[in-house]
Amino acid sequence: MTATAPANKKVGWSVINLIVILYALIPVLWIVSLSFKTADTISDGNFIPRSWTWSNYAQIFQIDLFTSALRNSIGIAIISTVIAVVIGTMAAYAIARLDFPGKKALVGVSLLIAMFPQISLVSPLFDIERAVGLFDTWPGLILPYITFALPLAIYTLSAFFREIPWELEKAAKMDGATPLQAFRSVIVPLAAPGVFTTAILVFIFCWNDFLFAVSLTSTSRSQTATVAISQFTGASQFAEPTGSIAAAAVLLTIPIIIFVLFFQRRIVAGLTSGAVKG
Amino acid sequence: MADIVLDHVYKRYPDGTLGADDVNIEIADGEFIILVGPSGCGKSTTLNMIAGLEDISDGELRIGGTRVNEKAPKDRDIAMVFQSYALYPHMTVRENMGFPLKLAKWSKADIDKKVTEAAEILDLTQHLDRKPANMSGGQRQRVAMGRAIVRSPKAFLMDEPLSNLDAKLRVQMRTMVSKLQQRLETTTVYVTHDQTEAMTLGDRIVVMKSGVVQQIGSPQHLYDQPANLFVAGFIGSPSMNFVPGTLENGGLRTSLGNLRMPDHIRRVLEAADAPREIIVGIRPEHFEDAGVVEDHLRDTGSVFSAEVDVLESMGSDKFAYFKIEGERAMSDDLAQLEADAGTADVPDGGGQLVTRLSAASTAREGQSSEVWVDTDKMQIFDPHSGANLTSRDPATANA
Repeated sequence: MTATAPANKKVGWSVINLIVILYALIPVLWIVSLSFKTADTISDGNFIPRSWTWSNYAQIFQIDLFTSALRNSIGIAIISTVIAVVIGTMAAYAIARLDFPGKKALVGVSLLIAMFPQISLVSPLFDIERAVGLFDTWPGLILPYITFALPLAIYTLSAFFREIPWELEKAAKMDGATPLQAFRSVIVPLAAPGVFTTAILVFIFCWNDFLFAVSLTSTSRSQTATVAISQFTGASQFAEPTGSIAAAAVLLTIPIIIFVLFFQRRIVAGLTSGAVKG
Repeated sequence: MADIVLDHVYKRYPDGTLGADDVNIEIADGEFIILVGPSGCGKSTTLNMIAGLEDISDGELRIGGTRVNEKAPKDRDIAMVFQSYALYPHMTVRENMGFPLKLAKWSKADIDKKVTEAAEILDLTQHLDRKPANMSGGQRQRVAMGRAIVRSPKAFLMDEPLSNLDAKLRVQMRTMVSKLQQRLETTTVYVTHDQTEAMTLGDRIVVMKSGVVQQIGSPQHLYDQPANLFVAGFIGSPSMNFVPGTLENGGLRTSLGNLRMPDHIRRVLEAADAPREIIVGIRPEHFEDAGVVEDHLRDTGSVFSAEVDVLESMGSDKFAYFKIEGERAMSDDLAQLEADAGTADVPDGGGQLVTRLSAASTAREGQSSEVWVDTDKMQIFDPHSGANLTSRDPATANA
């Protein structure tokens, strides 16, 4: 009995894990499968394509709109991420460490921004950006992205900062560090897992956004990849561009996978262990 | 190397409470001084003010003769060892110890030399490339020490550095700290709540309570001549016994019976205009089994008999606990000591008489025993002010 009980438990967990993995992966695999199907087999409902083709991929790179959109997407997402993470790190540090008047209000307002329905801001933003000349530019997208990514960044990062023992900072001060040196050489390295986690989340948010991208851009100057996909057309007026959309969607997930894999190595759990008596 | 002077230093918190109340301490160059007291007594606050981690509300702090109130910690040239060690977990032991030197812009070769030297002193040479997470408590503690000594600062500040270690290691590290301080001859301020650590380590001890310095002196002096009930009860283990007493017609009546009043104590009490109701303090070792006291000594003390409640034989001595009949000694100081020790709500916790008898004693649990008190050594306290009326040291009585 004692031997079978843990075994049963193990099997139970494996089944649950399998279900979760399948639930998450099947739509992705389905898209991958679609992207390799030829135009006439695309709607045959087979999970494994009967005839394979690269033509969908070749096709999307012949569209100028898509390559420029990919460039825009990468540029805008990286710039937004860097700025949001830098500002968020400093703000989160202040919130975690300092006690200043209006701290609660500040945290509350930033949470409010995150909860605000974005769709209600689209028309005012459209008008404002047109008036100040930001419409259809990179900054025109980067600004709202930073605004909406910051609450997320501040929340994740301040949780990480709170985990760092304050005595480390005092120790750095006693060792002769200026506040900035203490922050840079002690606090930030320890918060690195938090910084990278936040960077990944912010990058994904910017990369996946469709609402702002479609509303605040109009030309290949600043249109992002998500928008470009929505504007694919088929070979004729009546042909559905399903294959191209699937191929583009697969391509779009690749940078995110690279980004996550690259930073994942830096997210070492338990980096602060050993600092103080554990 | 430098002396440290706290000149009428105050710490006022925004809510009006005083963390340090008119603290005056002169720490000589190379001295090892201990700040001791129960939690919340202001010892850590005082240390943090010396470090520069907390602002000084009023008064002056001088290190090496210059006022440093307004200087940032990094400009005071003092090193600190924290209770939690506060090692940088992302750095190796070598980097941890070299960090202060790196900040001071030393060359890499010099840093290496200095770190290697310190590692040898602390027996850390084989651990230099490890990270703190993989080290034991004692090793981490030594790394924290190493980080403090590498740059030869003017002074070391230590904030309960041993309290996270287990008992055996603590004793070992205590001797190491003591040896290290003797070797480096650097002024050291050491904070602890453990009176044994205070007694064994320091050149001088500063006893604090509620932000006020109670007494400053050598360990022996504090033990023999406590300025008040608080110091008397805090220093010494097991602690001093306190029994209420009444002064009558030149005699002393207590719950232990009438005690002989030595001439020198009578004279001091008359001079001090002592109140009628007083508290008598007697250390456990000033009791003895009446049966083993030599005859010529018998007359210099008093004998009373009481039932032995608990007897603990330690081999070299016997600790006998007696239940005291009648009232217990009451005073603010004693109430605070009990609250700190956690004995306030233990039944009979404070109503016991602890005596240390010689191993030859025939006392047995549950049986009545004759006990002799060396009345020459007793101390008389004013129950209201807590002051030691028999202290031959009036200068520190009000310090």
